[in-house]
Amino acid sequence: MKPAPFRYIAATSLAHALALKAEHGDEAKFLAGGQSLMPTMNFRLARPAVLIDLNGLDDLAFVRCGDDATRIGALTRYRALERDAGLLARYPLIGEALPEIAHPQIRNRGTLGGNLCHADPASEMPALMVALGAQLKLQSASGARWLAASEFFLGGLTTALAPDEMLVEIELPASPARSGSCFMEVARRRGDFAIAGVAAMVTLDGDDICSNVRLVLCGVGEMPVDAGADALIGQAITDAAICDVAAAARALLDPPGSVHATADYQRHVAGVLIERTLTTAHLRARHGQ
Amino acid sequence: MSTRTLGEPVKRNEDRKLLTGQALFVDDVELPGMLHAALLRSQVAHARIVRIDVSRALQRPGVIAAYTAEDLGAFWRPNAVVVPPPPIPGSIFNARTHGPLAKGKVRHVGEPLVIVIAESRYIAEDALDDIDVEFEQLDAVVDLEAALRPGSALVHDDLDSNVAAHVRQSKGNYAAAAARADRVIKRRFHYEHGISSPIETRGVVAQWDARAGQMTVWDTTQAPVFMRNGLAAMLGLNERNVRVIAPFVGGGFGPKIMIFYPEELLLPWAAMRLNRPIKWIEDRLEHFFATTHERGQIHDSEMALSKDGRILGVKDVFLHDGGAYDPYGLTVPINSQCTLLGPYVVPNYDSTFTQVFTNLPIVTPYRGAGRQHGVFVMERLLDLAAHELGLDRAEIRRINLIPADVFPYNNEIIYQDFAPLSYDSGNYEPVLDMALEAIGYAGFKAEQALARAQGRHIGLGLACYVEGTGIGPYEGAKVQVQSNGKVSIATGIGTQGQGHFTVFAQIAADQLGIAVSDIEVVTGDTDQFYWGAGTFASRGAVVAGNAVNEAAKVVRQKALKLASDLFECSEDDLVVADGRISLVGVPGKFVTMGDLAASANPMRGAVKPGTEPGLESTQYFGPPSGATANGVHAMIVEMDPRTFDLKILKYVVVHDCGTVLNPMILAGQIQGGVAQGIGNAFYEKLCFDDQGQLLNASLADYLLPTALEVPRMELSHTVTPSPLNPMGIKGAGEAGAIPVGPLFAQAIEDALDLPSRGIELLEIPLSPSRLYELTRKAGERE
Amino acid sequence: MDNDLHDITVTVNGVSYARRVESRMLLSDFLRHELGLAGTHVGCEHGVCGACTIQLDGEPVRSCLLLAVQANQHAIATIEGLTDPDGAWHPLQQAMHDHHGLQCGYCTPGVLMTMTAFLDEHPSPSEHKVREALSGNLCRCTGYQNIVDAVLAASAKMRG
Repeated sequence: MKPAPFRYIAATSLAHALALKAEHGDEAKFLAGGQSLMPTMNFRLARPAVLIDLNGLDDLAFVRCGDDATRIGALTRYRALERDAGLLARYPLIGEALPEIAHPQIRNRGTLGGNLCHADPASEMPALMVALGAQLKLQSASGARWLAASEFFLGGLTTALAPDEMLVEIELPASPARSGSCFMEVARRRGDFAIAGVAAMVTLDGDDICSNVRLVLCGVGEMPVDAGADALIGQAITDAAICDVAAAARALLDPPGSVHATADYQRHVAGVLIERTLTTAHLRARHGQ
Repeated sequence: MSTRTLGEPVKRNEDRKLLTGQALFVDDVELPGMLHAALLRSQVAHARIVRIDVSRALQRPGVIAAYTAEDLGAFWRPNAVVVPPPPIPGSIFNARTHGPLAKGKVRHVGEPLVIVIAESRYIAEDALDDIDVEFEQLDAVVDLEAALRPGSALVHDDLDSNVAAHVRQSKGNYAAAAARADRVIKRRFHYEHGISSPIETRGVVAQWDARAGQMTVWDTTQAPVFMRNGLAAMLGLNERNVRVIAPFVGGGFGPKIMIFYPEELLLPWAAMRLNRPIKWIEDRLEHFFATTHERGQIHDSEMALSKDGRILGVKDVFLHDGGAYDPYGLTVPINSQCTLLGPYVVPNYDSTFTQVFTNLPIVTPYRGAGRQHGVFVMERLLDLAAHELGLDRAEIRRINLIPADVFPYNNEIIYQDFAPLSYDSGNYEPVLDMALEAIGYAGFKAEQALARAQGRHIGLGLACYVEGTGIGPYEGAKVQVQSNGKVSIATGIGTQGQGHFTVFAQIAADQLGIAVSDIEVVTGDTDQFYWGAGTFASRGAVVAGNAVNEAAKVVRQKALKLASDLFECSEDDLVVADGRISLVGVPGKFVTMGDLAASANPMRGAVKPGTEPGLESTQYFGPPSGATANGVHAMIVEMDPRTFDLKILKYVVVHDCGTVLNPMILAGQIQGGVAQGIGNAFYEKLCFDDQGQLLNASLADYLLPTALEVPRMELSHTVTPSPLNPMGIKGAGEAGAIPVGPLFAQAIEDALDLPSRGIELLEIPLSPSRLYELTRKAGERE
Repeated sequence: MDNDLHDITVTVNGVSYARRVESRMLLSDFLRHELGLAGTHVGCEHGVCGACTIQLDGEPVRSCLLLAVQANQHAIATIEGLTDPDGAWHPLQQAMHDHHGLQCGYCTPGVLMTMTAFLDEHPSPSEHKVREALSGNLCRCTGYQNIVDAVLAASAKMRG
């Protein structure tokens, strides 16, 4: 299990990296944390001709919390997120999901941007980014554009990135007051990819009426599945209403099934987790995270 | 140093090297000019080989050679059967073994077609892409039952069916017992057992010294002596000119014993041909195909009982998936057949199995080695019987236990060692009682009700088993006191982490009065000890341990004789302790063991007729038959009734393996076995499609338990020594792994009230998804 | 493709090594076969088993998922550097010995390189935290209990 030959170039600046990508296009891969790319290269399932190493680009690794939004550099490692108390206080959803992502050694190396660009359907962070309403900054040698996370994921291992683009930054909007969130997943072992995972966010108004809700699933489709739950908006959240949302979502899901779980089980468990995460997110919105 | 070390938790001699990164494993061997091998393996399960073209590979810079079966010439021949079938009358056994490279046909995914040898492993892997293979694909034989239907594709064309073996063993008259029974329970059981997946994969380094005519092979094998003898025969060398070294081996658990794996033949052969050392290290992907598996059995079983729960008889007819070849004979299904009987009185037994050829990788023993399958059937039948007869599950076990006063207890059938399945000794009821006490059986129903009232679903499992251990043929050991006062022990058995460097030292330490840390054990090097069998069947401590003991006893006698001559005293007046022999009551009158050893090898004078120089002895031990260990595991789980997520709240093992040599090492063996049993019961499954493709050939998808899945365990022991060896030892290597399947099934049923809902768990492995499927089907039936 | 070679300088256990490597050489192979530091073991080469865990700039990482060339100008710690120059064991090495935390010993270097860093960051961990931290290191021999006990004992010892 040794990688096939390739040309390695350590990028010395963002501009350098983007110029290289513009030059080599699909023949080249960016190497960020490498925790998904390197295994596929060792299995020789991926054989990039050129590997552009981004790990020297320290200015792409940052977390900047602001009042309106938080900006995260794409090269920020999971470990840095885990250690950023300010970030986790603002986005408890991230803190709840991080321990479910692989194992400590992987989180020491893996980056948020690399994970999002890999776009594994069972991965947690893509679903979280959609749930949090993240905006992604995609840059190429010829310019930059911003794209909502919900429009970034196009399918299994497929994103809206053009061959010459790089994801450089993730912007998270601040959560409104009286918001609660919850992430849960079912995996065969802790750290495995999700059989089903659910990120739920609930915002209440002063009368405990639901003013906003986000419900995004991982592991049950080709990309993060936005399960809606808009039916809850404008009403007081009850167990019955939550069960209705879960039932509606279950009917909507078309999970792939795998050696670890049948599609039926995935659908079932997704429903259970929707009920549990919405219930908890609602409680947290009412009583504080 | 006069205290006994046997029975004490002596810390391990081997740890120092392992904890500092200084232990030599096969992949650590670096030789000047060494080449590296990679193998092209079949991507399809069943096909005729039309053409293999390696010419492009040979043109790649850095590639030295590429060999197919044709290139091997007369060296190509099918393996001998490692373990022939036991002499059971009426048995059928069709020996069909693999050769070093596939010839004519491939019969499983991963079967090797070409070996490429290159300057680096990287280049060797590059060259695999350059090889063109043309196949004529054939239908794959995967399903066990379909394999036996007329018209099925044939794994071996020269046979008229896919039957590899057919064996019936019986005692008493089951049909008559069933006719008079109050109740007969009949069910079909499926039991899958996965792969051993040691963290170190297999590996071989071969070095040919043309001038000395000497072949040296470093190999992850569990049986270096057999390997040496076989290799010498295959290569046309004298056994003395072949040295096999199994250095530190990173876990094996059975599959590292198969002889020969293709690479074990190909590397030495190519090293001779190229006159360069060659290394091959199996990568993890290869391991899923190139190292042997255990896999499925399907049992159609019935148990006849009286209404008070006494077993009148058991009938079992099962299919055993043997894979594409059967080099390891019938060890696995014979173990299933024999171990099914467990610690119970089964007056009538009728067991028939058919071993089936399939287009899947080869099956050979993996920790437990078929015993799990049998124990699952027996324990599940007892649970079903208890439910149907309205009996307590502990009581139905208790009333059927073999009483303590009837040992040795002959089960009247033949075991894997060709000897009658006779239990040497045992006292089973106290083991059950201790387990019930430790798990809190008496109070559990109340505890369960309380938990249920809080919305928690907890359940208890309980399973009994015996384990045939410590089989022959023999092992030997050479114990030698050196003139520096330290002791060297050499044995041929090989080791894979079981603490042999310490336990064998303890045995000698007690005989010779020398500190354990001053005793060095050499094992797994055929130049250090010529004879032996290997480390398998929970036999190391029993068989090699007793050989060490016998040799150390002789050395002790020699030392006493020398000292009594020196002091002109009776041997009765001498004390052996603290590395010296002292004259009782005369302070300062002593001789060190080192000085005695030196004086036993004099520069002048004459060695007396009938004596030997040196303070050493080589002795052998071969038990007449295996010793039978036994135990009970009990467990409490909590289930999420909706996701079927499982958490183990408590795990108890009570075990009897006779005399305990080192309780710390024994506990480690049990804990590790249980962890593998947990993997088998709930996490690990080889998923093949109907074309024989393995769908989860990575450690991301083949789920080994981590520190979060394996619970803390509470262990305790009883001691019923074996009369079959002087030390009273029984083996313990596999005990932890054997009863975990039925334990899971029972505990999960209990936690989720499955029996009352008409749901029975009759298969292993289980998983949350599978439990959902079973309960949903039952829900639909309602 | 011609070999893509790079000159790198890597500090391992405080010693600086300058080597020319092919870009595709895995860091695990580089340490083991180029530098002869074979104490780091390789178990899966796809980042699951944890046997090859080393510390890169103080953080435990899988050396099978890094290229040697990526270690250029970085500092690496391996099992060979865990023992003091005067031969004294790290408290976790001692605790692993005392608690029988290893059997075949193949996963042990990875366990030590993971858990010594963990103990530096979490001086008084709970058993559950220890198990979480250990969950990226597969051990097929021990059932983990004795490793967990060793880590807990070492943490107590290190707290003094």
